[in-house]
Amino acid sequence: MRLLEWVDARFPASKLWNEHLAQYYAPKNFNFWYFFGSLALLILVLQIVTGIFLTMHYKPDTKLAFASVEYIMRDVEWGWLIRYLHSTGASAFFVVIYLHMFRGLLYGSYKKPRELVWIFGMLIYLALMAEAFMGYLLPWGQMSYWGAQVIISLFGAIPYVGEGLALWIRGDFVVADATLNRFFAFHVIAVPLVLLGLVVAHIIALHEVGSNNPDGVEIKQVKDDEGIPVDGIAFHPYYSVKDLVGVIVFLFIFSIILFYMPEMGGWFLEKDNFIPADPLKTPEHIVPLWYFTPFYAILRAVPDKLFGVIAMGGAIFVLFLIPWLDRSPVKSIRYRGPLFKMALTIFTMSFLALGYLGTQPATGLYTLMAQIFSVLYFSFFLFMPLYTAIDKDKPVPHRVSQ
Amino acid sequence: MTNTVDVDKRRFLTNATTVVGGIGAIAVAIPFISSLSPSAKAQAAGAPVAVDISKLATGQMITAEWRGKPVWVLRRSEETLATLPTLVSELRDPDSDNTDQQPDYCKNPGRSLRDDILVVVGICTHLGCSPTHRPELAPEDLGPDWKGGFFCPCHGSTFDLAGRVYSGVPAPTNLVVPPYHYLSENQLIIGEDTEGVA
Repeated sequence: MRLLEWVDARFPASKLWNEHLAQYYAPKNFNFWYFFGSLALLILVLQIVTGIFLTMHYKPDTKLAFASVEYIMRDVEWGWLIRYLHSTGASAFFVVIYLHMFRGLLYGSYKKPRELVWIFGMLIYLALMAEAFMGYLLPWGQMSYWGAQVIISLFGAIPYVGEGLALWIRGDFVVADATLNRFFAFHVIAVPLVLLGLVVAHIIALHEVGSNNPDGVEIKQVKDDEGIPVDGIAFHPYYSVKDLVGVIVFLFIFSIILFYMPEMGGWFLEKDNFIPADPLKTPEHIVPLWYFTPFYAILRAVPDKLFGVIAMGGAIFVLFLIPWLDRSPVKSIRYRGPLFKMALTIFTMSFLALGYLGTQPATGLYTLMAQIFSVLYFSFFLFMPLYTAIDKDKPVPHRVSQ
Repeated sequence: MTNTVDVDKRRFLTNATTVVGGIGAIAVAIPFISSLSPSAKAQAAGAPVAVDISKLATGQMITAEWRGKPVWVLRRSEETLATLPTLVSELRDPDSDNTDQQPDYCKNPGRSLRDDILVVVGICTHLGCSPTHRPELAPEDLGPDWKGGFFCPCHGSTFDLAGRVYSGVPAPTNLVVPPYHYLSENQLIIGEDTEGVA
């Protein structure tokens, strides 16, 4: 190990390895919900690698873009696989991230001292939405074009500066070549760089305070003679190996989708996006991809342009605030009272219902339902300081349960 | 020479350096931010377009492209024009009081230079979809009170056949009437009026 000693004297290789893996003590009671952090990291790597290879064939030009994607699908060796890995990976990313975030809600992983872990995580979620939105313009299909037209027009709702801002974002009077070119730059360089930085910050913050667990007990409170948490086990090899099992199960499911239903019946790649963009004709029914539909439903539920946009932005922004909205001293759902359990159930159902409604036409009954579920969605946050304060929580054990 | 540190002087110099450096950073950011605005080429591409309406039948609509946007040219019938005043109570801005949405010469009941010919940008003022032309009366999906107009499939906004927005829909304003003028009876120029190019 002379080489390692030589390196360690110049660069903290062993120190980093120990701090973040071999001597990072994670609670021993992680369950199913704790697979999704490492899976998200896996998909991030997958998206970066497939993305790099796609840029070698893709052309960010309104005259060439659509054909270059078809060229990748038909003429580039294994191009179809790389492209489908990237497009299926995008949806898989959101599946994993939503489950990861839901885990945080279940076990109170956003609560003190993990507020910044949650905030960094939310920023990652925002960056991911920007990344997915801009990436979806690149194939220059009908949905790419009109989806971008609608989302950029959202900025036009801001009083006074809105129209100028939308013009500045597009770089033209409509979504055009300038827009495609800059979205390409943001999608392949700017946002991924921000994303990587945020992921590092997320993990550094997590490793500083230590992982939460399904019991919501701070394992650092009970340490042995050597200062190691009694209920902690080293991340490597214990959780690295456990996560490997998660990776295998994930890849199994991912491969089935990738090889047998990469478009997922229009949910992962919309049918209208196989028609080249036509600035003069809007598709009959514009729907964003499934991971945006809950917020899209909230936008459409409000019959006013500005307030619709504010409601949609607010639906994402309130998530940043929950570390401070939640007044309960208890973290985990296991020891929470009935009020929080009920609120979380209603919230989850509202989110799923809004996700469905966002895919349906905005008429009559659907709009009314979207309005009801939007109110329920916001109620979860608005009344959180109240119901978490008066809830009948159960006593939390001193150490994690078996 | 003494070894005492003049803390106030140090703090002043640090602050002064930070402020000057900050101004420099902002100044450097300006070219990058400005580079995202529409280029000279994009601005020049907004040239006026000519439309020939000699073959446009009554009730027929054609779509021209101006600045990459669809511009509708519709020949309205006498019956259509007669229904326009009856809709006033259902509209958000029946008298076109929002002057950003049309040139002054189109602030009239039909929102047009000539009563029969409607010229509007076919982009919904909500979020930029292109509404569909629905001239039929009382179709199943739009209800028995529908007098013909434009329906936006994205978020359900509705407009009458003068491009005026109905109340209670997401779109906040009437459809935009571009600057235009007639060269002759059947020659229409969009994007330019007698006062100059838009």
